[in-house]
Amino acid sequence: MSALVAVLVLPLAGALATVALPGRAARIAASTAIAATLAAALALAAWVAARGVPRLEIGGWAPPVGIAVEADGLAAAMIVMTATVMAAAGLSARHMLAPGAAGARAAFGFWPLMLLLWAALNAVFVSRDLFNLYVGIELLSLAAIGLVAIEGKAAALAAAMRYMIFALAGSLLYLAGVVLVYAAHGALDAGLLTDRTPARTDGLALALMTVGLMAKTALFPFHVWLPPAHGGAPAPASAMLSALVPKASFVILLRLWFDVMPDQATEGALALMAALGTAAVIWGGLAALVQERLKLIVAYSTVAQIGYLFLVFPLAGGASAEMPWAAGAWNGAVFLALSHGLAKAAMFLAVGQWMAARGGDRLEDLRGIATAMPMTAFAFALSSITLVGLPPSGGFTAKYLIMTSAFAAGQWGWALVMAGGGLLAAAYLYRPVAVIFARAEVPDSPLPSRGRQVVPLILAGAAVALGIASAAPFDLLSTGRPQAAGEGL
Amino acid sequence: MTGPTLYALTGAALVGIGVFGLISARHLLRRVVAFNLIGSGLFVFLGAAGARGGAADPLPQALIITGIVVALSASALAVGLVVAHARASGRPALPEEDEEA
Repeated sequence: MSALVAVLVLPLAGALATVALPGRAARIAASTAIAATLAAALALAAWVAARGVPRLEIGGWAPPVGIAVEADGLAAAMIVMTATVMAAAGLSARHMLAPGAAGARAAFGFWPLMLLLWAALNAVFVSRDLFNLYVGIELLSLAAIGLVAIEGKAAALAAAMRYMIFALAGSLLYLAGVVLVYAAHGALDAGLLTDRTPARTDGLALALMTVGLMAKTALFPFHVWLPPAHGGAPAPASAMLSALVPKASFVILLRLWFDVMPDQATEGALALMAALGTAAVIWGGLAALVQERLKLIVAYSTVAQIGYLFLVFPLAGGASAEMPWAAGAWNGAVFLALSHGLAKAAMFLAVGQWMAARGGDRLEDLRGIATAMPMTAFAFALSSITLVGLPPSGGFTAKYLIMTSAFAAGQWGWALVMAGGGLLAAAYLYRPVAVIFARAEVPDSPLPSRGRQVVPLILAGAAVALGIASAAPFDLLSTGRPQAAGEGL
Repeated sequence: MTGPTLYALTGAALVGIGVFGLISARHLLRRVVAFNLIGSGLFVFLGAAGARGGAADPLPQALIITGIVVALSASALAVGLVVAHARASGRPALPEEDEEA
């Protein structure tokens, strides 16, 4: 229970401390806050796995007046994944964003923004109140926009500005939906709303919230802000932005469609969401094929991978919700979100180290980098395996679950999307992997220490380990699920 | 027309003006103002929703105050970004929309 409070309070306190303390002390405070929050996240997951769902009504006020926070299995799994990525990004940032390397502005701004981002993510994962979720995703967006703009270059500022317009529009759409919900039901707590009498405005409210959250998740056609924003930020920031930020709004969508208003899920709406996801898989994959800069390839791959997540809606929602295959699709989507987060963060951190060594991220600049930095190259290759969905990675387990659900449901079209998207991913990731493992004269350049090179490798290894040791995460995910999730089929 | 209905319609009108501004304006500062108009309209609407059935509901008022704080921070960051972007690029509009700024 105290771990639940700690994952919310520690990063916030750390963010304040890094602003208040001078130079070196601020970095020590940041490291302390990162280590403490990581420990709290692991403790929380252990608590949830052993004893069930901790629930806290803040200040002793019960809903509808108060705000409840609850860490179910989904929240705990996302919080642990977030903590892993954050710790890795923090370790990398100690060198990449040191005052000498990145300028005083980025070196000062990174730590408070990173910790604020972390606090907002954890708050979104555990919050059970629709308005509190609004505050959470708004804080998340503001911290993320700050991270995009942190280097202060014209291109990054334009990317941040475009991101801001999408994020604010998304927030307002979500807020409009929340206002309609309150007007109809006089409550915003997820538990109370599950038992509500459906009102005529519910469909409109859910549609508004969904479109707003899609814009924040960067689902096609709202993806245009993502590649320049994620491609332009410093590598540790890109890792957090790409691996974690879209997952927060996706988790809210999962809660809205499966827990809060499952009664509003019409076949057409669910199919439309998956169709947009399909378009994202195809568009993101094709765009990644033609990029010349590695960071943009990785960013467009995020657009495609987000698309897969939306296939869960027709497979586990609406009429499918009561079917035996629903749990498999739901688990598969969450597994995909977790393994994509780990793999994508590993990729961005690896690319960041290569950029520091070679001075750019054009594919030609990186020819033969595997000879100089075999560990990071191996991390990139392992992450590619997860993103393509080859066994034994977490990505494979996820895709396998979703595809079996699709066949069991007779909706084999979505399985084709999975398979086709995997082929596209193999095609767009083959180019960078071929270039970095190519034989080439290696120019002498200072290399990061082994200790720094191993960070992306640990993340990529964790993404693969999710596929090998999937039993424990499965048990964790089923904690607090209304329908018995288990292994599904 | 009762009070709450009037407030709700005013809120709806503000949202409409804001959406129009967001779509028609290229100047980034105008867009920030448009976002604020939409937000304010939603808050007025939320307040009206809380006034149904005679007695005022205090919960929306607490939500609105929280929302105003959030909107203020977002606006502050947005204006700061607009200024930084205009200084760096010399234009108060996004690169792909320059011609009409």
